Amino acid sequence: MRNNKKPTNKEIINAIENQPKISKKTVLSCLLAISNEFHFIPKNAVEIVAKYTGKTMNDVWGVASFYTNFRFTPPGDATLDICWGPSCHILGSQKILKDVHGLLGINQEGETKDGKITLRYSTCLGACSQGPVFAIDHKLYGKASVEKIKEKISDI
Amino acid sequence: MDFNQLKNTSTEEWDNLNSENTIWIRVGYGASGQAAGAEEIFNLLKDLSSDNENIIISLVGSMGLSYAEPLIDIKSNDGIRVFYNNVTPDITKEIYNYLIQKNIPLSKYVFGQIASDGRNPIDGIPELDKIEPLKYTKQIATKNFGNISPTNINQYIANGGYEGLSTALTKLDPEKTLNQVKDSGLRGRGGAAFSTGIKWSFLAGNNSNIKYILCNCEEGDPGAFNDKGILENDPHMLLEGLILAGYATGASNGHIFIRDGHEIPIENSRKAIQQAYDLNLLGENILGTGFSYDVEVSLTGDSYVAGEETALMEAIEGKRSMPRFKPPFPAAYGLWGKPSNINNVKTLSYVPYIIKEGSDKYKSIGSESSSGTAIVCLSGHIKRPGMYEIEMGMTIKNLLNNIGGGSSTNNDIKLLQTGGPLGGVLGKEDFDVKIDFDEMSKVGAILGSGGIIVADSTTDVVDLIRTLVAFNQFESCGKCFPCRLGNTHMLDILNRICNSRPNENDMDVIKKIGNSMKTGSLCGHGQLGYSPIASAIKYFKDEFDLALSANHPIDSSDEEMILPTRTRP
Ligand SMILES: Cc1cc2nc3c(=O)[nH]c(=O)nc-3n(C[C@H](O)[C@H](O)[C@H](O)COP(=O)(O)O)c2cc1C
Ligand code: FES
Repeated sequence: MRNNKKPTNKEIINAIENQPKISKKTVLSCLLAISNEFHFIPKNAVEIVAKYTGKTMNDVWGVASFYTNFRFTPPGDATLDICWGPSCHILGSQKILKDVHGLLGINQEGETKDGKITLRYSTCLGACSQGPVFAIDHKLYGKASVEKIKEKISDI
Repeated sequence: MDFNQLKNTSTEEWDNLNSENTIWIRVGYGASGQAAGAEEIFNLLKDLSSDNENIIISLVGSMGLSYAEPLIDIKSNDGIRVFYNNVTPDITKEIYNYLIQKNIPLSKYVFGQIASDGRNPIDGIPELDKIEPLKYTKQIATKNFGNISPTNINQYIANGGYEGLSTALTKLDPEKTLNQVKDSGLRGRGGAAFSTGIKWSFLAGNNSNIKYILCNCEEGDPGAFNDKGILENDPHMLLEGLILAGYATGASNGHIFIRDGHEIPIENSRKAIQQAYDLNLLGENILGTGFSYDVEVSLTGDSYVAGEETALMEAIEGKRSMPRFKPPFPAAYGLWGKPSNINNVKTLSYVPYIIKEGSDKYKSIGSESSSGTAIVCLSGHIKRPGMYEIEMGMTIKNLLNNIGGGSSTNNDIKLLQTGGPLGGVLGKEDFDVKIDFDEMSKVGAILGSGGIIVADSTTDVVDLIRTLVAFNQFESCGKCFPCRLGNTHMLDILNRICNSRPNENDMDVIKKIGNSMKTGSLCGHGQLGYSPIASAIKYFKDEFDLALSANHPIDSSDEEMILPTRTRP
């Protein structure tokens, strides 16, 4: 189980300060660091990032809402990405998406009822030559089928 | 440390690794290897060999042979590398045990061998460079793929790495370095195919004391994975090119720009940079020559448009990745307002070769107007999907047959989707065209970043085009309305057509929208949005006509295509 406890201000500041070395910490680099640490952008993070970078909260919301990898509520225990990019599309990803909806009991991106899995559609996972492709918490799997997905998520 | 000393210690290390005392097992990794299950194989081999210190197991890049993965490469005491393809954990165990007991290859699983340094090949095992598809490839930027460990700078140096840099710093001045690149005919591999030497001269002509070289590894094009492929296999090749670009243009800083979440390229780049600092190939007064240069990794969130050169600078500055108005152009006003130059990963990865071997040698490879090689990525309905470096000038037909091995299904190949989602389709009547920037553009196709998605005759063109438009709609940054609304409107219409609810004049409307997008959009994302449709109509007008006759449901009854509903506010 993922720890989805709301991070404290101190934990958020730690995530910002411990991000990989760069010459200028920016709104985006701080948000990425927070998102990588907590898997979402907690509400209290927006003000902290704004203060830390000398920007307005508006600026921070603007960036956070723009990049589609950011989310504002804790995700499920695991994130399942399924590629719908053209290469995987040709190899049947629409059918896989449809079957996965059935498997998870949802009909769009988001969390399963039990909160275990977050489903996301990805534009390309970068392993097109093994298509169709899916990923669980960034780990890639090729030759996707609903059976294979079912097997890989069974121990979550 | 001076460079010769570095080279000597590296060569010694490399020779040890390849000596009779060591068995060296390399497992091809990278995104493609990971997706094929290479990590499990690597962990298994680590476990099996844990009590044997003469066996070294390394993760290396993926060689590009996706169809053969997981691919392992065993160099045993005789110095010959034997490759095994599509291994499973059970097969791996069998191969390993056989090796330990008999110290000979297990022939029933072999894929090929490399007998380098004049060794006699083992009978009965094909030599790797003589089998398809590798016998048709030409490796320059990918020459180390699968051979060296990407996170070991000494292995790169032992194989000729950083010699180009050392030559430039000690024997050429920046101007001569730049002229080599200009004379080589190198053109950008990120999409627009602009002369790299000329582009660099814009930056070199600016006297600012802070100037940036930005390496673009956003690589959002579905079907293209060669930029990340280079960083997965051989990050020092890119880094050396990035440093040479800095030297030639008098730049002070370099950035490698990658999308967050692509762990292997990001980690490899960071390690490569650190190793280069440790050996003073980066930082102050590089190798005592007075040239100073810093490089760092910059990450972006998920956004396709972040790959556009001015949007990329906005992302590094931490903002929304929306394109800027041009002019001013990046060479005058770029990152943080300073002069900047943007190049693709592949473009920069050719530079070490050009400097080391000379522009003439590079120019002699490839075709007249497109010198060098193309690194193509094959995916879709193709027997041998993967990443291959080939000489420019090969025909598409030869690429598909000799390299790709033809269709992977019982049906013929009908079309290729090239140039990314803003590119287009190439119908089979034009498969005689040569892979060359200008030859391809003559028939209206774009080589772009080298992604080639292969589709067989069962593929519905209208449905494929809808997917490309859906991608472009989803990824529009929203800054300018022709792109934002145009893509949305085009997708609505294509959805209707695919659901057997077309209007008679739908294609005219789409064309009108496309024209407005072309004239009214701020960047290539909107300007090129109609191109995939235009190219599809050129080859497959009959399919569009059929779809417009409403007798051709693509989605069953009222089911819609499954697409993300998140949009950029
Ligand atoms: C919407 C859009 C996305 C782009 N994405 C990329 C990309 O992911 N990688 C890339 O190298 N170039 C991309 N480009 C092209 C860059 O703007 C730029 O031309 C290129 O990086 C220059 O490098 P080169 O001269 O080495 O080709 C994109 C352009 C547009 C309009
Ligand atoms: S298109 Fe699916 S992984 Fe690239």
